[in-house]
Amino acid sequence: MKRKLWPVLFWLLLWQGASLALGQPLLLPSPLRVLGCLGELAGTPGYWAALALSSGRILGGFLTASALAAGLAALSARFSPVRELLSPAVAAIKAVPVASFIILVYLWLPGRWLTTFIAALMVFPPVYLNLLEGLARRDRALAEMARVFRVPWGRRFRQLDLPQLLPYLRSAVSLGLGLCWKAGVAAEVIGVVRGSLGERLYESKIYFEMPELFAWTVSIVALSALFEKLTMAGLDHLGRKAGGPWN
Amino acid sequence: MELKVENLTKRYGGRTVLDGVSFTLRQGVTCLMAPSGAGKTTLLRLLLGLERPDGGQITGLAGRRISAVFQEDRLLPGLDAEGNLRFVLGADYDEGRAAELLGELGLSDVGGKAVRDYSGGMRRRLALARALLFPCDILLLDEPFTGLDPENRRRAAACVRRHGAGKIVFVVTHEASDAEALEAEILRI
Repeated sequence: MKRKLWPVLFWLLLWQGASLALGQPLLLPSPLRVLGCLGELAGTPGYWAALALSSGRILGGFLTASALAAGLAALSARFSPVRELLSPAVAAIKAVPVASFIILVYLWLPGRWLTTFIAALMVFPPVYLNLLEGLARRDRALAEMARVFRVPWGRRFRQLDLPQLLPYLRSAVSLGLGLCWKAGVAAEVIGVVRGSLGERLYESKIYFEMPELFAWTVSIVALSALFEKLTMAGLDHLGRKAGGPWN
Repeated sequence: MELKVENLTKRYGGRTVLDGVSFTLRQGVTCLMAPSGAGKTTLLRLLLGLERPDGGQITGLAGRRISAVFQEDRLLPGLDAEGNLRFVLGADYDEGRAAELLGELGLSDVGGKAVRDYSGGMRRRLALARALLFPCDILLLDEPFTGLDPENRRRAAACVRRHGAGKIVFVVTHEASDAEALEAEILRI
């Protein structure tokens, strides 16, 4: 779906207008001021280092959790005791507030693992549950056909299973990526993880640097959107190669 | 080469679908003629190893490759004809042979169209082509000509006769004309 530009412009203008009307740039800086601040930040090596550090840790958590969720979803779909065993744990992860997890993990793990662990924790339930549903809804008749014709496992996975799982994977990844950025940065703020985006946000708050706070926030949103776009494009490419999605 | 079915019984819950069925299949085409609900499809599923019998046994399947047309077409909807054939045939896919058979079945002009855009008759013919191209000793065909017009039925039956030569070909149908077109022995249960 192609997004239109005018709604974005509308909200930016509204923001500009609100900032002018309020007349207190310390509380609500204008988008132009934020853009200027972003330009200044982008000229410093610390900006890119923070971006790289947080991105690496958050995406590390995302990939680890996705791989683990995929493996466990496959096991759960095959063996119901595994599904029954994991069900309360997944429900607990979904129900417990992320702030509680952040505080607990902050106490248990070294700071450098906090971001990765929290990001992984947020990604695991949607990816696991979506894939489990996708696996349960696979076409059994086609699976039987592949079995009768003795289609090798790899080909079966690429051309039969993957196109059927792709819509579930897409929505899981979209949801998971958004969650892991939000939760990962929140963990960095609460844990004041050195050199991270979260630490920069925290410092902006402490020193009341609102343009910087907004600039860092814009950077995080842009990064999250960029990674989501790239991941979706990758999944779509994979799907087209496999001849799907079917519907 | 023969395939022996002895005293085969299958029940679903309290309902007996097959009750002590016995017959022997040899090379050539055999048509199973039976009314609806007589357990024809269940019998094929047992022969394909997709179900376990509650009684009796099937001998002659061990070490033999089986190909099939199922009651439904069971094609991959996102792939074209070649993709569907390659999915099943892998390294055994022979472009020349496939093109020849698709031509005989009236599917030579489908190009790269995905199967989801095929008509019911086209899908049925592609499912038949897939079964006939798969290297096998035993061909099990469940109502293979459903949805085909008389001309396409005649062509399809000719293809089954030719590609089924030297194999055990077992066709489930309720049309006497199919058995005639296939020059088949008739089996009734």
